Amino acid sequence: MSRIAAKFEELRRKNEGALIAFVTAGDPTISATPKIAKTLEDAGADIIELGLPFSDPIADGPTIQAAAERALKSDMNTDAYFATIKKIRKTVKVPLVCLTYFNLVLKRGVGRFMKDCRESGIDGVIIPDLPVEEAKEVIEKADDNNVDVILLAAPTTTEERMKRILDSTRGFVYLVSLLGVTGARKKLSRTVRDMINLAKKSAKKNVPTAVGFGISSSKHVREVIESGADGAIVGSAIVDIIAKNIVNEKKMLRDMHNFVAKLKDATRT
Amino acid sequence: MYIDKFPVKGRFNGFGGQFVPETLMPALEELEKAYLKLKKNEKFRQKLDRYLREYAGRPTPLYFAERLSEHAGMKVYLKREDLLMTGAHKLNNTLGQALLAKHMGKTRVIAETGAGQHGVATATVAAMLGLKCDIYMGTVDMERQRLNVFRMRLLGARVIPVKSGTRTLKDAVNEALRDWTANVKTTHYLLGSVVGPHPYPMMVRDFQRVIGKETKEQIIKAEGRLPDAIIACVGGGSNAIGIFYDFLDDPVELFGIEAEGRGLKTCMHAAPLCAGSEGVLHGSHTYVMQDKFGQILPTHSISAGLDYPGVGPEHALMKLRGRVRYDSVTDEEAIEAFKLLSETEGILPALESAHAIAYLKKMPRKFRDRLIVINLSGRGDKDVEVAAKATGVEM
Repeated sequence: MSRIAAKFEELRRKNEGALIAFVTAGDPTISATPKIAKTLEDAGADIIELGLPFSDPIADGPTIQAAAERALKSDMNTDAYFATIKKIRKTVKVPLVCLTYFNLVLKRGVGRFMKDCRESGIDGVIIPDLPVEEAKEVIEKADDNNVDVILLAAPTTTEERMKRILDSTRGFVYLVSLLGVTGARKKLSRTVRDMINLAKKSAKKNVPTAVGFGISSSKHVREVIESGADGAIVGSAIVDIIAKNIVNEKKMLRDMHNFVAKLKDATRT
Repeated sequence: MYIDKFPVKGRFNGFGGQFVPETLMPALEELEKAYLKLKKNEKFRQKLDRYLREYAGRPTPLYFAERLSEHAGMKVYLKREDLLMTGAHKLNNTLGQALLAKHMGKTRVIAETGAGQHGVATATVAAMLGLKCDIYMGTVDMERQRLNVFRMRLLGARVIPVKSGTRTLKDAVNEALRDWTANVKTTHYLLGSVVGPHPYPMMVRDFQRVIGKETKEQIIKAEGRLPDAIIACVGGGSNAIGIFYDFLDDPVELFGIEAEGRGLKTCMHAAPLCAGSEGVLHGSHTYVMQDKFGQILPTHSISAGLDYPGVGPEHALMKLRGRVRYDSVTDEEAIEAFKLLSETEGILPALESAHAIAYLKKMPRKFRDRLIVINLSGRGDKDVEVAAKATGVEM
């Protein structure tokens, strides 16, 4: 069983939802990322997504675009990314997921990318511009390296597509809560419950569901978990804390810890 | 044989594909289905033909450029897409897609634009068909193509400034894709070139094929034979594919000219086929300009319409097969050609098309006295300011 699957299993036994926290690696600096990852784990994040920034992140809203720009300016690149993950793995035990765009995987070579994931301690990858139709080779090479390829489903996903996505995804399925890009929203989209139900109904085997995009408060996290999801993914709201405290790392880590701890509380319903 | 062979399942051999967020996949499926169905619909074809003829002004002339020919030492014909309504070939595609969008029940169209020609062509058909229209344009391009920004606004479109990344065409495509993801139910993304995810490279090509079809008839009528070579500029590659396509199975040499900017050895160019490598950008596997990690590189060209780090996947295939020869000309050479055509023929070419004209000078020797067709894809009124600046003239 993969580290991600084991985590969902453990949380199910404890009757908790998973809190999945996202930040961009290298934002605001490469040296800050291990401290940020440790803070997220200490505050209760069950899984940490670390973005490998790409110059043209078409699935991301302004907050994460800005984070990617900051990270690229701090010289984050694929080599530095895996070196950073190795450093993080020395202290952080929770599953780590790499979120990136397909061109960076292709350029490195899909096989080599997955091997680097395994060797550095990445447990899963999320590639928002890689739909199930294009994912075959990536999944095969990731499987060879015990890396989970986590596929996304969206509010526009039909039942037929949902079945294919659930058959192919590993670890969990990422349910995109709304039509649009990433970014904090005030209200939770009404489609969330329908999507969770469709995913639960369509799965041949037990596939954990995690809801992301727009989830920005404890209230949202609670709603998502109460709607039947196995996890909630929070990104932009955490990245906002980084953006607001670039000059004051101590305060950044403290605010992040407090915020994430509250989010985690909301998964214990 | 090549014509109508590709794409197969959205692929031009290894190129093309659909590398987009899941949210858009059902929309792409819907679009492909609607397009393939409508393509066979005789009524739709007649309707599009009528608009192309009565509204846009097709067929465009094929003009024998006598003084340019003398200068070049070749017999040169110009396919006058600059005479199409709105001043460039872009309208062929926007008419087709807007009619399709309307048929699909969409009430809003969005588009990206670089030089503003595609934006103007989109705003034009949106006004004519009563569709809401938002155009994404990088702020760098808005500055250098001010005239077109004003034209789009006059046509009732909203021009949304894009301030992210390099603030040019690439970033305008990013923003348009993000908008489409949020508004996919009501909105059609009217993509302006043969780039992006399937079915766009196929669909835009089909709508632009009219250029090559007419050219073939016209040159046979004028000269009684096929040309020896065809030259077209390549940014995304829609005017080039449009004129090349119906000649692909003929013994005609094809030249696609990319923007060399300040030189291929500098980083200041926009020539992914000549100096880039394979990658995935904007939903398609093709040639892109990228660093060793796969980050997309900034581009430079004096021509906003060619200032793009990717290229249509079908061009990537034709490069691989050697069917089209891709080469490049610099900013300086393009400006020279801009002046040359103005002075020899009284025609101001778009700076994009000036790249194709400039290539006459670089044509292999064997083409001396031979029959050449150049796709004059757009007119240059929009570029007068940029040309003045480049030649050191204060306006």
